[in-house]
Amino acid sequence: MINLSTDIHKLHLKNPVMTASGTFGYGEEFADFFDVARLGGIMVKGTTGERRQGNDYPRMAETPAGMLNAVGLQNVGVANFCKEVYPRIQHLDTNIIVNVSGSSIEEYCSVAEQVNELERIPAIELNISCPNVKKGGMGFGTKPDMAAQVVEAVRKVYGKTLIVKLTPNVTDITEIARAVEAAGADSVSLINTLLGMAIDVERQRPCLSTVTGGLSGPCVKPVAVRCVWQVAHAVKIPVIGLGGISTAADALEFLMAGAKAVEVGTANFIDPAVTMKIVDGLEDYCQRHGIQDINEIIGII
Amino acid sequence: MKQITDFTIVERKALGEAYFTLTLQHPQTLPPIEAGQFVEVEVRDCNDVLLRRPISIHDVDTEHNTLTLLIQIVGKGTRKLATLQVGDTLNLVYPLGHGFSLKGERPLLVGGGAGIAPLLHLAKCYNERGIRPTILLGGRTERLIPARDAFTPYGTLLLTTDDGSLGEKGMVTQHSRFNDNYDHICCCGPTPMMRAVGRHALQHDIPCELSLENMMACGIGACLCCVVKSDGGHLCVCKEGPVFEATKLTNWIDS
Repeated sequence: MINLSTDIHKLHLKNPVMTASGTFGYGEEFADFFDVARLGGIMVKGTTGERRQGNDYPRMAETPAGMLNAVGLQNVGVANFCKEVYPRIQHLDTNIIVNVSGSSIEEYCSVAEQVNELERIPAIELNISCPNVKKGGMGFGTKPDMAAQVVEAVRKVYGKTLIVKLTPNVTDITEIARAVEAAGADSVSLINTLLGMAIDVERQRPCLSTVTGGLSGPCVKPVAVRCVWQVAHAVKIPVIGLGGISTAADALEFLMAGAKAVEVGTANFIDPAVTMKIVDGLEDYCQRHGIQDINEIIGII
Repeated sequence: MKQITDFTIVERKALGEAYFTLTLQHPQTLPPIEAGQFVEVEVRDCNDVLLRRPISIHDVDTEHNTLTLLIQIVGKGTRKLATLQVGDTLNLVYPLGHGFSLKGERPLLVGGGAGIAPLLHLAKCYNERGIRPTILLGGRTERLIPARDAFTPYGTLLLTTDDGSLGEKGMVTQHSRFNDNYDHICCCGPTPMMRAVGRHALQHDIPCELSLENMMACGIGACLCCVVKSDGGHLCVCKEGPVFEATKLTNWIDS
């Protein structure tokens, strides 16, 4: 019997495969395709203090081996999440983690405090790295002192596992990672999308209504693996890796680079059941290589 | 229930340079498919194409478990799909979205461009209810109204072209029978056409459904990329649509 389970702080994951925020809704959209309880965890949609409409259409552009998005945190708001969404999904037998977003430290804290009350939500992923909002978002995640301030403030009101999601759009991601670790983060997840841009040359216009957007998909994977490897060597808290994972081999790269778990994002759009192929693929890999416990290969590079 | 599954291409028809149809067969019984629902097609072996392509369901044959897709060649994804041959497999996520309501006793179906695609299955569904719809198809020129002959058994076919090469000259809203006594309108086509038809329906208080074709990533309501600004805020075209009542899109119609 191969052990695929891993731990992120107090979280126990039945396997290291989770889904990335903003790519999996609240999990309900995928229930037709597979039993979402087989996942290690689900990072639900980025949730803010109030309901948000997000950015104008067009919000998406396909690019070579990737896509740009500028959704801009469209979500129902934390009160509606607690009242309407949570009762629908709380029965799921997996780790349901809320991605917490905001435009101010007060907003982050207010959302975290309300989510802290939800019994079946064992962790939050603090999103200080969204590139698609005018205020806050990535602004908090690109400066070590700002990142530390948000994390310190949220730490005071949030008692459960606090994961901080980092942006790669910085000179030195390890600096930010160390700052949030010192400020009380229990784990870091990385990378959020890379700030990018595409132009429709026929129309002589930007492809996105916001001009710039977040790049994701297979094209970002080498950048993401590098970031995870650097951060895993810079901090003691567990690292969650994401960025362009669409196969078990991709996931293994992140695990070997030092991630204790991974999130699958854009690949969910192409194959809604891809996460199950990745879980099965990890087991196959372990079998082929005589590995009893997936933790044996974590951080071997 | 939505599924991810492989189909085999059993027929491929070129419809001029810009359009083609693929008929796909599945070994098992097809799930119920509403007129106006769509599929997300995987584009294999194409380095530049990452995402699936949303394509409306043109026709359904439950006896032979086949679906027909009418595809317009617009970019690298559809160009790649155009190279597929009989015998090739095609992976679909389907059936997606909400279809037309099939309301009305005297429905008018209006289509243009690739928006003609869902209207065939729609016309057949009306026929099953004993209703022969009026079908009004428009295009810039004769060769840009694909698959029109397929419609003739299922309703009264009216045509317009911008250059007068087929049917009446002008836009669909200028057709001499556009103002006949219809009690329901269904429209799928280019945005200016849908706005014009929607505006007409709102002005004359005729129930109207518009089928939008925004750019999509996931097709199942997870990514929130394909939104339309409805009167009640952003809605996913893939999940809440692609068919919307015109009364919910009054701002969009007037924008």
